[in-house]
Amino acid sequence: MPTELHELQTVLADGVTKAATGLAGFDEITGGGLPRGRTTLLSGGPGSGKTIFATEFLVHGARNLAEPGIFVAFEESPDRIVSNFAAFDWDLARLRNTSLFFLDAQPAPDLIQSGEFDLGGMLASIEAQSTLIGARRIVFDALDIVLALIKDPTARRQEVYRLHHWLLKQNLTAIITAKAGGDETSALGSPPFGFMSFMVDCAVVLNHRVSQGVSQRNLRIQKFRGSAFDEDEAPFVVGERGFDVAIARTLGGVDMAPSSERVSSGVGRLDTMLGGGFYRGACILATGMPGTAKTTLSGAFAEAACRRGENTLFVSFDSDGAEVVRNLQSVGIHLGRFETEGRLRMVSARTITGSAETLMVRIKTLAKDHAARCLVIDPVSAFSSSGNELTARNVAERLVDWAKSQGITIFCTSLVDDVNPFRSGTPLQISNLADTWIHLNYLVQAGERNRGMSIVKSRGTAHSNQMRELILSDEGVTLADIYTAGGEVLMGTLRWEKESAARMAEDIADVASQLKSVSLDAEEAILEVRAKSLQTELQAKQVEKKLHTRIAETREKERSRGRRHLGELRGADSIESDSP
Amino acid sequence: MSPRTTSVWFRFRLYIAGHTANSARAIGNLKAICRKYLPQRHEIEVVDVFEHPARALTDGIMMTPTLLRVEPSPPIRIVGSLSATPVVLETLQILPDVDAK
Repeated sequence: MPTELHELQTVLADGVTKAATGLAGFDEITGGGLPRGRTTLLSGGPGSGKTIFATEFLVHGARNLAEPGIFVAFEESPDRIVSNFAAFDWDLARLRNTSLFFLDAQPAPDLIQSGEFDLGGMLASIEAQSTLIGARRIVFDALDIVLALIKDPTARRQEVYRLHHWLLKQNLTAIITAKAGGDETSALGSPPFGFMSFMVDCAVVLNHRVSQGVSQRNLRIQKFRGSAFDEDEAPFVVGERGFDVAIARTLGGVDMAPSSERVSSGVGRLDTMLGGGFYRGACILATGMPGTAKTTLSGAFAEAACRRGENTLFVSFDSDGAEVVRNLQSVGIHLGRFETEGRLRMVSARTITGSAETLMVRIKTLAKDHAARCLVIDPVSAFSSSGNELTARNVAERLVDWAKSQGITIFCTSLVDDVNPFRSGTPLQISNLADTWIHLNYLVQAGERNRGMSIVKSRGTAHSNQMRELILSDEGVTLADIYTAGGEVLMGTLRWEKESAARMAEDIADVASQLKSVSLDAEEAILEVRAKSLQTELQAKQVEKKLHTRIAETREKERSRGRRHLGELRGADSIESDSP
Repeated sequence: MSPRTTSVWFRFRLYIAGHTANSARAIGNLKAICRKYLPQRHEIEVVDVFEHPARALTDGIMMTPTLLRVEPSPPIRIVGSLSATPVVLETLQILPDVDAK
């Protein structure tokens, strides 16, 4: 987060000016830090990180903001604190006694007490020191220890009041840390902390829980007078730079403008299906059962990214980085060269132990250090194995959010063992965050297992709705059309068989049809011939009939003419002919 | 009984924080003890931490009132208004039976 933004927020925050803590994430959720010139109560159980929080706040002021600070140590000796925190890159030893002063206020173990006392001496001492170094910040670490020495509750309360008034008068930005039991209500509810949390302007509660055997640290701002703040519990981790508080993406925050640039998926045909590739800065999710080539697909993406000359971070949870490189070699994805060049960074996340939160912070740090433009998490579902699912989901979401805000193209794979992954989304529910969701599955048919790939969704991209067969060969990853027949999807050898069978059937049908037309021609010809011969026969018959008629007429004519002539010859006595 | 206590000179520095009830009580208690047990061989310096904060810092005064036995060495300190006399006497190694008689 740029400091200018902080300063802006500090001014804008309705009248209450804020002192930046420098704790990653904390200034974001409070909109600039702790209330300046006021007191903050920081409570939490043992080991919840109170002292780290408070010390980092002082270090940030002393080192980066020219605001010297005083650390009043009631519980541990200053030497111990400095050596305990030597592991952080805070430079405590150098800051000590220049702009950061430690006041050893531990009650002596053999402290002899007779009668009542108050904290006036301490305040006077601090005032002297404060004037000397011009302190702006102060921390009272484990105030409960000294308060416990005051037996009378009224006197104890009075001391807290005295401290508070003194702090206000001094205009110091203060943190008072106090122990609370395992749960935040126990010690805080009891005096004097009960009223102390009412008195202070800001109260922050830290807790450290174990959820399903995994440690989980959370921070919650209980109150913050005169300022808006994020009220939810925010997970945090303590890394080598100190606190890292998880922040949800703040509304209206400065985000990376969405890019319309396309980046290749490493699989030519897939790019075509997506209309040119993934969007730069998008989140790509590849889901599938074990062995559906999720890693291969992510490897192809990583290789393409390296080819473009983009720094890439490949986080593998399943196997060692070198193993991934070797395995991908067999499918024509050569990552080794890029790894040697330093373009690609392979990280085996199995070496990182801790909660999902810790993992995320480590991955973020690695990505930052590597200046990664492309990030592969294989698989993102591994987050859920380190902590409860609710947190894991949250972590994965935030990692995606973070990557997007940095303009990093993030490729996540996710293992689904459910046959129907769409029933309840992916285990981590990041499918709703994914811009492009590729689902991989396989079809077992005729003793073969073939991989299928389909694009479930791809925001802002016209994409093919067709399933493709994913073919892995030593030349790389290719996609092939699948064969559908009678509502059945065929892949692999079956597809090939079916295709060739179909080709043959087509040939046969061709020949048959030709044959048919020939035979029809023949039949037609025969019929034509027959028609012609019948015609001829008919004509002959007609002629014959005419002839026959004529002969009959002629004969009749002849007959009547003959009779007349015979009569003339016989004397015309027609009766005669009847005589015996 | 022991002769060494009779000859020793006691130098006290009493740190108080302003004019509070505790401050007044501590001064009163200390003076009473000295009068009774250490007549003619004590010296009391009262330091108000608000007036001399640097001195409070140097002596590492956290709680007030704090009584510092500067002499005889080693230095001994007692926190509080010094109301429990037996504790004070024991801590400062003032033996009551010698001088009280």
